[in-house]
Amino acid sequence: MISPVYGLVYILLAPVAGGIVAGIDRKITARMQGRVGPPLLQPFYDVGKLFEKENLIVTRSQNLYALSYLVFMLVSGALFYAGGDLLLVIFAFTLSHIFLVLGAYASSSPYSFIGAERELIQIIAYEPMIILSAVGMYMVTKSFFVSDIAATTIPIILYLPGIFIGFLMVLTIKLRKSPFDLSTSHHAHQEIVKGVTTEFTGPNLGKIEIAHWYETVFLFGFIFLFFAFSVPIALAAIVIAYLIEILIDNTFTRVKWQFTLRSAWIVAGMLGLVNLAVLYYLSGGIQS
Amino acid sequence: MIELAFLILFPAIIALLLLLVRSGQIRNAVVKIAAVLIGAGTLILLITYFSSGMVLFSVPFEPTAKLMFIAELLIAGFLLYLGIKHRKYIAVGLVIVQALLLIGIESGLAGDIHPLYTLFIDQFSLIMAAIVGIIGTLICVYALAYMETYHAHHPEIQDRQNIFFFMVFVFLAAMFGLIFSNNLLWVFFFWEITTLASFILIGYSKSAEATSNAFLALEMNLLGGIAFAGAIIYLLIADPSGELLGIEQLLASGQAIALVPAVLISFAGITKAALMPFSSWLVGAMVAPTPVSALLHSSTMVKAGVYIIVRFAPVLSGTPEGLIIGLVGGFTFLLGSAIAISQSNAKKVLAYSTIANLGLIVACAGVGTYKLVWAAILLIIFHAIAKSLLFLCVGTVEHRIGSRNIEDMSGLIVRMPKIAVMMLVGIAGMFLAPFGMLISKWVALEAFIDAQFGLIFVAILAFGGSITVFFWSKWMGKIIAVDPHVHRQEDTMRKEKWMVLYILTGLTVLVCLIFPLISSYLIEPFLLSVYGQTARLSQDNIIIMAMMLFLLLIMPFSMLIPGNGARKVAPYMGGRPASADMKFLGSMGITRDVTLTNYYMNDLFGERRLLMAGTALGFGLVLLSMVILAGMIL
Amino acid sequence: MTYLKRSPWIIHYDASSCNGCDIEVLACLTPMYDIERFGIVNTGNPKHADVFVVTGSINEQNKAVIKNIYDQIPNPKVVVAVGICATSGGVFRECYNVCGGIDKIIPVDVYVPGCAARPESIIDGIVKSLGILEEKRLKMKNPDTGQSSTVGRK
Repeated sequence: MISPVYGLVYILLAPVAGGIVAGIDRKITARMQGRVGPPLLQPFYDVGKLFEKENLIVTRSQNLYALSYLVFMLVSGALFYAGGDLLLVIFAFTLSHIFLVLGAYASSSPYSFIGAERELIQIIAYEPMIILSAVGMYMVTKSFFVSDIAATTIPIILYLPGIFIGFLMVLTIKLRKSPFDLSTSHHAHQEIVKGVTTEFTGPNLGKIEIAHWYETVFLFGFIFLFFAFSVPIALAAIVIAYLIEILIDNTFTRVKWQFTLRSAWIVAGMLGLVNLAVLYYLSGGIQS
Repeated sequence: MIELAFLILFPAIIALLLLLVRSGQIRNAVVKIAAVLIGAGTLILLITYFSSGMVLFSVPFEPTAKLMFIAELLIAGFLLYLGIKHRKYIAVGLVIVQALLLIGIESGLAGDIHPLYTLFIDQFSLIMAAIVGIIGTLICVYALAYMETYHAHHPEIQDRQNIFFFMVFVFLAAMFGLIFSNNLLWVFFFWEITTLASFILIGYSKSAEATSNAFLALEMNLLGGIAFAGAIIYLLIADPSGELLGIEQLLASGQAIALVPAVLISFAGITKAALMPFSSWLVGAMVAPTPVSALLHSSTMVKAGVYIIVRFAPVLSGTPEGLIIGLVGGFTFLLGSAIAISQSNAKKVLAYSTIANLGLIVACAGVGTYKLVWAAILLIIFHAIAKSLLFLCVGTVEHRIGSRNIEDMSGLIVRMPKIAVMMLVGIAGMFLAPFGMLISKWVALEAFIDAQFGLIFVAILAFGGSITVFFWSKWMGKIIAVDPHVHRQEDTMRKEKWMVLYILTGLTVLVCLIFPLISSYLIEPFLLSVYGQTARLSQDNIIIMAMMLFLLLIMPFSMLIPGNGARKVAPYMGGRPASADMKFLGSMGITRDVTLTNYYMNDLFGERRLLMAGTALGFGLVLLSMVILAGMIL
Repeated sequence: MTYLKRSPWIIHYDASSCNGCDIEVLACLTPMYDIERFGIVNTGNPKHADVFVVTGSINEQNKAVIKNIYDQIPNPKVVVAVGICATSGGVFRECYNVCGGIDKIIPVDVYVPGCAARPESIIDGIVKSLGILEEKRLKMKNPDTGQSSTVGRK
């Protein structure tokens, strides 16, 4: 059921794809702001540069956490693309983020400390929705395995519209887009400097950046599953979803963590659970 | 049979011995030898019975019943005396009610009834016995060193270590008795002894707070005891021959007869496991010395509460009562986890997390499908090991740094690296993939989807699980935050303490590696015998988890790669130069300290508010089940 | 292939500027000049930065701060002093509280004069500093062959 080949392909190609997506993102963002923007390959230049720089550290253990974040992001993504159990993928995904948080805590820096707390708040804000998405997919396809869900001919999106909208919302959190980029600031806003990544320099920051590319591609895979019945529609859905995310990023101001947590939970509760309840009712209460 | 008798009687004899011994050295020797013997006995028991399925033993009933009755009356008298002395009239009332019920039972027994088999053992009892016999004795050994330091730190507390160890070993005997008894009368007897042990050990320090918390625990547990006695009376009325008093026979008799006693006993289980309306006693119990918290209030005694509910899971399964009990557990899990966010006292965090996990186990058992029972039993195992490890670590740290506040544990990785790593393993064991607790939560999640009304539980797990991530991670963050100016201070610890901590840490990791074996040799045969079908994790997932665990274990070696991070600098402080101990020159030329404090989110997860909601919900649900029950009885 | 020149991230510190130069630095980010075209990002965090852009002159209060920020930038790094105050102290040179230009405290690689410095000259100065940055990288990589440079000095 699990095919390591796809996992391997993901490990090799995801950073390329993720980097290009990040480049397109920056380009489109610049155009939306009336600027020319950096070259398409700018993210690769950035990461290349980071590996050329000196590795300044506060404490040696930071190296461990940054590496672990990357490694477990890779594990969870590879497991996903190899067709593994969706819940296990989600747990590995959480594990990798815990490492990022620990790395931020390790340095005892006020800025990364606040970043770590906020990152944790983000984790608890999005995790219920992601788990409910997996549950929803199970209820439609009767399998937790990505390979089965991807092979289905059922248009999952028609059964899970509420879940999908909820998922898009947490996607904004996950992609670190405004209004939910609480834990690490992007370019212009700097109230907690760089949040979780403040104390990571050079190669460590580069690893985090690469992990983020992997993460983006993994999340695209998740969107794909909603539309798995037809590959062209799925690809179109991914493109549209990402464009919407960029638009949201450029049109919303940042919100407080309280709002992030409450709104994410309310959306997960309302859209996600109601969607599941309807599904549950329609299938007559699943008996086994 | 001989092993069972040994495990029940031997700790009791040792207990009597310890009551008389006042010399510390002799006590040390006795406790250590007894611990080794009990541990060995448990292992022999495991080896002897792991493949034999359920074995029933008959023990002459009549004389023991008399003895137990007298012992119970003596206990009641003792509690009555203490209750009146401390003017705790609620406790007094409850003791009297229970004594009357007991006398009622005894007079009901006047006709000669003989539940055929009084002792039994099956794979589930074996698992429980292993927890009590291995973890329990480890904690006893740890307690030796701990109590010495405890009295050195608290000269105002009267040294009553002989009573302490007497009660602990009586408790061990009672736990073994409880899990090996087939006869509900015996279970009830041992049940009451654990209540007594808990009461005395919570009140050990004799401070006003300890005494009042001990009575709180007593009152709530007595309430459960009354329900338990009610179940026995119901069974005696239903079948005066007493045949149904055997758990095995009762379970076999079908839902129609067994449901009422099952619900009553589950209520007793809920009080013992400190689920939501009754959770306050467990939080209060944290005033006890830490080994007591580890032994009674996380790894064993409270597990007796869930043990009995899991036993009756087949009866509860699919009934509205079972669903309600499951809901009590589910809401306890959700709210208990949420309250843990708002706590900074390490022992209270552990207490609330214990309450939450017991809630989850009861949620699994209440809904009671075979997959859920599988998850519940695994939860019992993983939780017992990881939580006792955490309690003992916190106890050690508390003696070292003089505080049990998580904020004061900042930089523990530098100050006490070994303890810190063990704590990290314990915490990871509580919530992270690929460690134990998460495996069970995962299976439970999958199983709930297919269960009736499972969606409620799925939602509870989805939200509760992520809440758990928050409070454990921020604790981890505090421990690993590197404070460059502090220095090591853990070198003077006693060898026994280290040994116990090492073993428990090793067990936490080991159990994650060998849980498929535990599952296939112990849990699956048990489920097969009860349900006729069994659950297991798919092979692929087990392999992947093992690989993840392996990866996690080798990851720290990446620190050894040379050349990584040549230059160290201070954290960024907005450009302000900070000294090594994180002091900086603030405005007006005043030197200030950097203080970093975790988020506690009191307005969202405040203890008072959520506890009120939990109590209301819990009471409502318990009342509802009682109303349904009354309807059934009448 | 070097990436350093294609992705200079800057940290901007206002020492005791009148805000004239700061506004011009910010103007570089606007659609009109859009320095992100060159991959330049204003990070606000010394630990991520390659180029240290300082405006205004040094005074007793911020000496330590500038030194601290400079120390926290990972190598290789360059310093660009923007505006006449940063280069020499400017009209405030004789003030009782002013020590002078940035080079009193940390080594400066590029001086961008002007009051206020125009965005074009700021961009020019930063782009000039990239050559020095690259040299420093080579020197860091092979400490023996690299030579110290005077390119781009005033």
